[in-house]
Amino acid sequence: MKSFVKANRNLLPALPLAIVFLVAFLLPLVVLVYLSLFRTPQFTEMGPDQYVRFVSDSFSIQVLADTLLLGAEVAMLSLLLAFPLGLVYVAGGAALRSVIMFLILMPLLTSSVVRTFAWIVILGREGIVNSVMLAFGLWGAPARMLYTWNGLVVALTQIQLPLMALPVINSLLKVDPNLLKAAEGLGAGRIRAFFTVILPLTLPGALAGWLLVFAAATAAFITQTLVGGGRIILMPSLIYQQAMGAQEWPFSAALSLIFTAAVICVVATIGAVARRRMRGLDAA
Amino acid sequence: MRRDFSDIIYSALVIGGAGITMLLLLAPTVVVVVISFTGAATLRFPPPSWSLRWYAELVNSPEIIGPAITSLKVAVLATIASGVLGTAAALGIARSRLRLARLLDAVFMSPMVLPAMAFGLSLLLVFNLVGVRLSLATLVLGHTIVCVPYVIRMVGASVQQLDPALVNCSLSLGASRFYTFRRITLPLIRRGIVASSFVAFLSSFDNVPVSLFLADARTEVLPIKLWAILEGSLDVRVAAVSGVLVIVTLTILVAAEWLGGFSRQMGRR
Repeated sequence: MKSFVKANRNLLPALPLAIVFLVAFLLPLVVLVYLSLFRTPQFTEMGPDQYVRFVSDSFSIQVLADTLLLGAEVAMLSLLLAFPLGLVYVAGGAALRSVIMFLILMPLLTSSVVRTFAWIVILGREGIVNSVMLAFGLWGAPARMLYTWNGLVVALTQIQLPLMALPVINSLLKVDPNLLKAAEGLGAGRIRAFFTVILPLTLPGALAGWLLVFAAATAAFITQTLVGGGRIILMPSLIYQQAMGAQEWPFSAALSLIFTAAVICVVATIGAVARRRMRGLDAA
Repeated sequence: MRRDFSDIIYSALVIGGAGITMLLLLAPTVVVVVISFTGAATLRFPPPSWSLRWYAELVNSPEIIGPAITSLKVAVLATIASGVLGTAAALGIARSRLRLARLLDAVFMSPMVLPAMAFGLSLLLVFNLVGVRLSLATLVLGHTIVCVPYVIRMVGASVQQLDPALVNCSLSLGASRFYTFRRITLPLIRRGIVASSFVAFLSSFDNVPVSLFLADARTEVLPIKLWAILEGSLDVRVAAVSGVLVIVTLTILVAAEWLGGFSRQMGRR
């Protein structure tokens, strides 16, 4: 014991935070697991009922599948948008770079409720998209975009885009410009150079961004409920309803654990597959 | 010739894509500021008339100003708590190669990975179980945990760049540990602390998943209040609140850039 203390003496400044995390972070998570194993909200008998209830309820499973699909769609779309932005950032001069960095940081730091509110204004019945389309006579009648799946995907993509843009730009900056000159010298066009040189080298950044956006989009309670509306039910609002509305504490605890596990599974699987691919590229 | 043509297509795609993306990043901020000056009672865009009426109504809305003040209090307290605890921890673990240090680092970073709703719910269940009543203090505790990862990462990055020789010099020249910390270590990691405090403050001020479970009627916070208003009706006062928040965020961003090279800190993360 004494030698353990002596060996880790330099870690002493971390002790207060470690204690806070033990009491207010790790302990609650253990309690969450424990409470999810009760059969009723009265916490009388224990049993795996809540998990059985989830597995046998096609509605809950659909909600989980929809939530993961939403995260994947948003992450793919923001990846498509982040690459052109990153390429222009890298090619641009100091002024253009600071404009782009400002455009990325500003929404990142603006309250998510404010950004969601902006999308309510943009997509609404009397919103910008409808106004423009009607003014140019492109649409005969206002289209419904708020409270639709596609509206939600677009809004969430814009809201989470900074999380993708920062790692993509960081990894694009690390690509050695000489490699591109070499590709050009060997006769590759720009499209070919992008797919054979830039894309493989920036895969780690793209992967990091993809996973960040995926996790953030699945958990975006405010945007999901306000832009998605009452008819698109996703995991965060289901957990909230079950906990605060129905007071179904054990079921909501089980739901939040299943949701957490599902997100971690996707992140770990995609991370592992991508890393194996990247290693293959190194060897090639 | 064919190669030139495909190069042009590539450039057009990249520049066009970047243009769309930049517009997409900028549009919501502009939309919020413009709509906040509408004279109408609907969210019609472009606004049919202009006025400051929604800002004026905001001044007379204690049901919005109250939660805003609560949010401010919670964010300041959570920033201080996570800043002090997190900086101390970062100093301890950032340069250590001990296995325990890596483990602690992983634990302190995990609130960032874990869906925060599970954490918010778990904290509420523990407080219920132990019989602790929800208060400003319990809310600050929850927010502090969520803010810690930013401090650990950003201050940790500063600590890693700190030359240990400087600290050793000061100590061997007879300065006390406290004096060395105050005069050598602290000034050198200041930028990391300032930048992470801004991020921690903003993330607490904007936090939803923890507040959703830990804020009750007496500790209502601004994001939850705005969410409730927007769920019920499309109240244009929210536009005025949003306008104020955008201006405050802009001010903070400029101040942070000026004080600590904020965008460089973010880039390094």
